[in-house]
Amino acid sequence: MAMIKEEDIRKIAKLAHLEITDEEVALYTPQMADIVGYVEQLNELATDSVEPATGGLTPEGEATETKRRDVIEGSLGQQLALDQAPTPSHGHFRVPKVL
Amino acid sequence: MKEGWEAVIGMEIHAQLKTETKIFCGCAANFGDEPNANTCPVCLGLPGALPVLNEKVVELGAKAALSLGLNINETSIFSRKNYFYPDLPKGYQISQFDKPFSSNGTLEVLTAERDESGHAKDWKPIKIHIERMHLEEDAGKNVHEGLPDVDKYSYIDLNRAGTPLGEIVTGPDFRTSWQAYDYVNHVRRVLQWVGASDADMEKGNLRCEANVSVRKVGEEKFRNKVELKNLNSVRFMQKAIEYEIERQIEAHESGEGVNQETRLWDEKNNKTKVMRSKEDAHDYRYFPEPDLQPLKVSTEFIEKIKSEIPELPDAMLARFQRDYDLTFADASQLVGDISLAAFYEATAAASKNARASANWILSELQREWNAAGNSAADSPVSAENLAELIRFLDEEKINGKQAKEVLIEMFASGKSAADVVKEQGLEQISDSGAIEKIVEDVMAANEGQVAAYRGGNEKLLGFFVGQVMKASKGQANPKMVNEVLLEKLK
Ligand SMILES: [Zn+2]
Repeated sequence: MAMIKEEDIRKIAKLAHLEITDEEVALYTPQMADIVGYVEQLNELATDSVEPATGGLTPEGEATETKRRDVIEGSLGQQLALDQAPTPSHGHFRVPKVL
Repeated sequence: MKEGWEAVIGMEIHAQLKTETKIFCGCAANFGDEPNANTCPVCLGLPGALPVLNEKVVELGAKAALSLGLNINETSIFSRKNYFYPDLPKGYQISQFDKPFSSNGTLEVLTAERDESGHAKDWKPIKIHIERMHLEEDAGKNVHEGLPDVDKYSYIDLNRAGTPLGEIVTGPDFRTSWQAYDYVNHVRRVLQWVGASDADMEKGNLRCEANVSVRKVGEEKFRNKVELKNLNSVRFMQKAIEYEIERQIEAHESGEGVNQETRLWDEKNNKTKVMRSKEDAHDYRYFPEPDLQPLKVSTEFIEKIKSEIPELPDAMLARFQRDYDLTFADASQLVGDISLAAFYEATAAASKNARASANWILSELQREWNAAGNSAADSPVSAENLAELIRFLDEEKINGKQAKEVLIEMFASGKSAADVVKEQGLEQISDSGAIEKIVEDVMAANEGQVAAYRGGNEKLLGFFVGQVMKASKGQANPKMVNEVLLEKLK
């Protein structure tokens, strides 16, 4: 069973820039332990002779050439880029001050 | 550095690779355009957008890696480096972690300590271990200048987000600030030479960080290190490292100790100041980027890239000394910059006078460049025009003093040497009839001296040369004047 402690939850929340209450920490700790425990079932599989896969691809998929040429394609342009932003200003995305 | 102490310095360089487009999308990799104009769903990090690797990044990365002595790994993996910052739209940077593009290189770097006035003392090679150069995307920019309420808001321009970088990391192999300085210059020039990057620190397409610690001579273990950032030129970097070495030695000796932290160079006050301490150090939670395949590089590709690497700066330095008979000092100044080196070679070839070409470029022309804020890259006097001037001088069409004046006029007007010489009526009198006439006039006016010369006082030749030059307003060809005088005075 995965060892997930309250301090792990607090650390993950901090890294994700999330504020959570003590009650939420108490609630999430066993939930997170359940999730990690579920995924840990995979550790029961014998994978000694299996190459690690990245990108979820078969060897054939990995062998496929998928690079692009260095040629400019259309960009959105300033107006469209900022269209969905909540508080655009002076051609920029505007966010609360960061250090 | 204080007796008994030594510094331990490792360098990280981020170099922007010189592509047309970003690393994972087809947006132009241009700065200076309208903010956020060069963006698309991929580099804005919109949901569902998928990155596709730019093949030019692999090519330029390979050129850079090979010319820095690194080995290219047959397979490398892109990873997500997770952190939150407003200029990083996806919440992670696509970088490389445990399987980088290239690793394990040895680089020989020429280095010298400098005296008080900045003159290099004794150049010698040192060997540096380069741990890796990996490929990654750049973040966007936080902009404050000229914008309202910057105490409350940050403004984000994502034009730079997704531009390709090579990050070059060394071992803790430098012992002085000047070694680090010479290393960064070495890397900068190599990247320019192979065309992998413009590598201009002032423009931000080469960025350095230095990890600095100090220890007692003979100590094996490393003490706490400080990461130095905000080093906007190689000179600032050297100063920051020097300051930091002294600060740390003092802090150890006073018992105060050194914190493991990030410090910024404050160029106004010439000191470093704390940016963040270890407690807020990042935990990047790297994991393989599932949207990109492993990057595979074939032996044939590496061989092809190797064959395209031009002569590197150190080899050029040796050749300039050998083939053009230049001093180390002159040759190393000329290979300080790729446009300068090319300007020199073009001048030397066209003038057929390699030494004079070096002298003219490094003294007269350099002074004009400095005064006008130009360089070899945008010189108002072309290499061909400078070569023509040097030829005129060698052919004695003009004298040295006139040549300097002609150069200044060429610089100001952009005209050729021939045009300026013609306009200013400087062309030497090389017509033998005209010179003979002047010589005869001078002899007729100085009969006494003629008799004395013929009587054996050969020192008087100088007097006659002076008189003829004066009569010709300095324009007579001195070599011909000599010849004609010797003949007529017989
Ligand atoms: Zn894009």
